[in-house]
Amino acid sequence: MIPPFEARIANPTLRRTAERLEVLQVNVGRRCNLACGHCHMESGPNRTELMTRKTMEHVLRVLRSWKFKTLDITGGAPEMTPNFQWLVEEGIKSGAHVMVRSNLVILNEPGYEHLPEFFAEHGVEVVASLPYYTERDCDRQRGSGTFRTVIAMLQKLNALGYGRDERLPLDLVYNPGGAFLPPNQAELEREYKTRLSADFDVIFNRLFAITNTPVGRFGDFLRRTGNFDRYRQRLHDAFNPAALEGMMCRFQLSAAWDGGLYDCDFNQAAKLPVKGPANIRDLGDVPEGREIAFGEHCYACTAGAGSSCGGATA
Amino acid sequence: MSEKNSYYDAADLGNFAAMGECAPDLWEKFMAYYGAVFESGALTKREKALIALAVAHAVQCPYCIDAYSQSCLENGANEEQMTEAVHVACAIRGGASLVHGVQMKNVVKGLSM
Repeated sequence: MIPPFEARIANPTLRRTAERLEVLQVNVGRRCNLACGHCHMESGPNRTELMTRKTMEHVLRVLRSWKFKTLDITGGAPEMTPNFQWLVEEGIKSGAHVMVRSNLVILNEPGYEHLPEFFAEHGVEVVASLPYYTERDCDRQRGSGTFRTVIAMLQKLNALGYGRDERLPLDLVYNPGGAFLPPNQAELEREYKTRLSADFDVIFNRLFAITNTPVGRFGDFLRRTGNFDRYRQRLHDAFNPAALEGMMCRFQLSAAWDGGLYDCDFNQAAKLPVKGPANIRDLGDVPEGREIAFGEHCYACTAGAGSSCGGATA
Repeated sequence: MSEKNSYYDAADLGNFAAMGECAPDLWEKFMAYYGAVFESGALTKREKALIALAVAHAVQCPYCIDAYSQSCLENGANEEQMTEAVHVACAIRGGASLVHGVQMKNVVKGLSM
């Protein structure tokens, strides 16, 4: 029997957001050129949910008035949402640090090839998914041929200064290729750096090791393969109370393509909205703290070394 | 003993601690030692997990194969590395049989005219 996640949080302060919210994470759409096996958003080429410019205007209003330090743009492939470049430009003009979570494969598609230069010109931090440093393991999760394209795009970003120039950070995201927890982030980062440099002459800044959350397409995979209960138990047994303080939900607000508000992207997938105004258009200009909405999937963020969209937390 | 259709049950691995019931001191000493062995030291946790996987195959322990396949993955090893580790176990087991053939040769030599 797995106890409710909230019951594991002894300190009531940790059930609320921190005094200052740092990150406004915006999931601008479910459309994606890929359909990865681990995607909690179940994104793919046939998805039609895309953020409108009107909703983006509310995002920018809240970004400015709440004085978020970072605008974290994700998807889907966020590049496929109309007005994506406008959102990035306005975010930068607002003085926020803008990061884009890209699958990189999209940057090789017609109509998107100019984006590496666009990112470099605006000093956008690029966070790219690369589940492993070998072709076989990577393609199994993300689709045939994706690894080679990602490597080519990393080389292109490196040529533009990414990973080398301090105003152009390039981070990679590892996530396990199945029903197991991620390795030690620092050790894996060293290994990625050694292998990618030796094999492909690719450099990057940080590796984020993210635990797979048992929702969306990954949750379906667990159920289909008979791994669901064992994985839930694994997350629960690896509960690390030291990871509670750094849970990303305490420092961010997450907006969906339709403006719906959540504590994180995983709560979006689990359809677990914030306890407070339901849509970004309903938010005032004064920052507000909130009680966090927890579900059993939150054990993924406190297992072992902890996990967040920025990697390990404990 | 209750009737079972197998000597091995995957759920039994979770009951390993039952071995501490009648000999708690020995169990605690073993577990403390076991934990210390798998901490990173001169060898990394990943290297130790791969050695454990190879040994698990050599001793053909299904519990250990289950536990250390997962441990290898959670320490960043891939299937290629794990397969090579199993081949190391296989080579040593096979080699151990084959090298004993020298004893056979010695016996034959001793008995032959």
